[in-house]
Amino acid sequence: MAGSKGLTGRQKLGWAVVSVLVLVYALFPVTAIFANSFKTQADLGNPTFWPANWTFTHYEMIFVGSAQELFLTSLRNSIGITLIATFIAVVLATLCAYAIARLNFPGKRVILGAALAVSIFPVISVVTPLFNLWRTIGLYDTWLGLIIPYLSLTLPISIWTLSAFFRQIPWELEQAAQVDGATQWQAFRKAIIPLAAPGVFTTAILAFFIAWNDFVYGISLTSTEAARPVPAALAFFQGASQFEEPTGAISAAAIVVTIPVVILVLLFQRRIVSGLTQGAVKG
Amino acid sequence: MASITMKNIVKEYDDGFPAVNDISIDIEDGEFVILVGPSGCGKSTLLRMIVGLEDITAGDMLIDGERVNEKPPRERNLAMVFQNYALYPHLTVYENIAFPMRLAKGQFSEADVEEKVQKAAGMLELTEHLDRKPANLSGGQRQRVAMGRAIVREANAFLFDEPLSNLDAKLRGQMRAEISQLQRTLNTTSVYVTHDQTEAMTLGDRVAVLKKGLLQQIASPRELYEQPANLFVAGFIGAPSMNFLPGTVETSSTGSMSLNTPLGQIELPEHIAAAGKGRDIVLAGIRPEFFAEASTVDESKRGRGSVFTAELTHVEWLGNEQYGYISYENDPRVVDTLQDLAHDMDADDLRTQLVVALEAMSRVRGGDSTDLWVDTRRIHLFDPATGENLTRDEEAGAELTRLAAEDRKRERERSAAGA
Repeated sequence: MAGSKGLTGRQKLGWAVVSVLVLVYALFPVTAIFANSFKTQADLGNPTFWPANWTFTHYEMIFVGSAQELFLTSLRNSIGITLIATFIAVVLATLCAYAIARLNFPGKRVILGAALAVSIFPVISVVTPLFNLWRTIGLYDTWLGLIIPYLSLTLPISIWTLSAFFRQIPWELEQAAQVDGATQWQAFRKAIIPLAAPGVFTTAILAFFIAWNDFVYGISLTSTEAARPVPAALAFFQGASQFEEPTGAISAAAIVVTIPVVILVLLFQRRIVSGLTQGAVKG
Repeated sequence: MASITMKNIVKEYDDGFPAVNDISIDIEDGEFVILVGPSGCGKSTLLRMIVGLEDITAGDMLIDGERVNEKPPRERNLAMVFQNYALYPHLTVYENIAFPMRLAKGQFSEADVEEKVQKAAGMLELTEHLDRKPANLSGGQRQRVAMGRAIVREANAFLFDEPLSNLDAKLRGQMRAEISQLQRTLNTTSVYVTHDQTEAMTLGDRVAVLKKGLLQQIASPRELYEQPANLFVAGFIGAPSMNFLPGTVETSSTGSMSLNTPLGQIELPEHIAAAGKGRDIVLAGIRPEFFAEASTVDESKRGRGSVFTAELTHVEWLGNEQYGYISYENDPRVVDTLQDLAHDMDADDLRTQLVVALEAMSRVRGGDSTDLWVDTRRIHLFDPATGENLTRDEEAGAELTRLAAEDRKRERERSAAGA
């Protein structure tokens, strides 16, 4: 943090304590799941945190074992549905945000307001009517049946972050480029796209996370492996017998689906933070 | 290089508001013309119509005699320096300057680009900064990069849109001098938009004063100063502004004519008084430096003016001179006119005080009463109703502009010989 230079030793200590508390609070559940995923079936009931014997059986189970089909197909569904939803959301949001940032038209505020309203609408209240509607028109348990509700989750935030980002682009550059001898398209490509790309990219990552992490739509609007995404599929894991909880396999799958998110965040954290705070502070 | 001709240019927005109304200006090849006026006067709109970023509603825009109304900006071969510099943040200084040449594919070899960029950078003292990004430059340096981009183009004309308004006062003075020298060296036709009358007076060969989309007067800075066409030009040009003192022309029993003002009688030369005679009320335009302390004025000179006594409310000492302020009761018949004028000039003061420039040595202080002499030969009388300058000497004014053009020509020949 830029302001941390002026802190006294005491304040530094205070911040360190707070940071550690937050880290423990945030990371403890993840660590627990991580530990569980390496425990043997017998070990899972023991009240110890770390596994007594480290084992890869659960990972074997979801990738090559009995849960393979369930996990891998749902992983494929998740990746496919999320990528398509993200792509559509970003394309639509880019066009929308471009119009909001560049043009003055009646209803501009209404669009932004509506986007905000949609994003605070509780998912759970939409899901039942949607379930009935989807079954009637045949979208139930299809990829498209999930992509559409995912758009309703990803579009609002994409429109908001992108329009905040686009507002900061000095559009005068486009005119400067035209005066410098560029065609309209050249001006857009050489002066505007290089500036807009980081914002679009950041938005894409945010939208991807939102769609990737969804559970309610995933579990309610699917019934088979045709479209079921990973978060929903985890609930359908079965133990070796009906008396056995599939805790280990679920943990292993949870860790696997968390990895891409963690990698993305680590790679692009700087951009994500600046993307989220775009428009909040000038400069 | 090229001449620019505007014929009855009109810009009307969708709501019917004419931002630029019937403006005709001829800009000669190599000339430096300033468009000046308060905010909202249409000066930037006019500039953007020249460069092609704004559609022209009516009228003809000619560059080198060729009509360009429908041409996109890139076909007009003009270079523009924007107020916010408009540098490409993702490109280095070098690439920023080279940008126009990169767009003209095939016209410039890599060696050409290198040579031109280095030459422009040398001229603008940017050589050490070529590898840096614009974000790491100071305001003045960014402004120079923007000018570098204009220079390499070898454009028909340079257009400047308030290029110095984002700089602090000191740097502004320095950059003003640099722009002036650069224009003189390159001898490229230039149009420069500003709201700052100092920039207008120091840079321009000719200055066009605009108000609410209408051209008020276009002339050399000297003509604007000495022979303003109307109240607005008189008030806008010059700092501190011209004083406007209400009064009525009266003939005394001896036959001499004087102006009856709230500050007393001011005798007027015959030709000036004649212009205001018979009118109910006129506004006398008197610049602060037309005044002097009566005690410091030579006997020989004193006869050419008039002396009156006034009490100074306060004095500002500036080192080279000082300004004295005199309050007076304004005539209710001109209050509206002066208020409108202040509003037009983006000022909000009701100017019911007179500003007089005094010698720096003078020891007059606020509260003192003193005898003031005023050079009445240079006074102008204005009609408060129309704002028209009743005492404008067209010929004298034209002569001033002609002399300025001559000076400019000499300067150009000298620079051509030096190059």
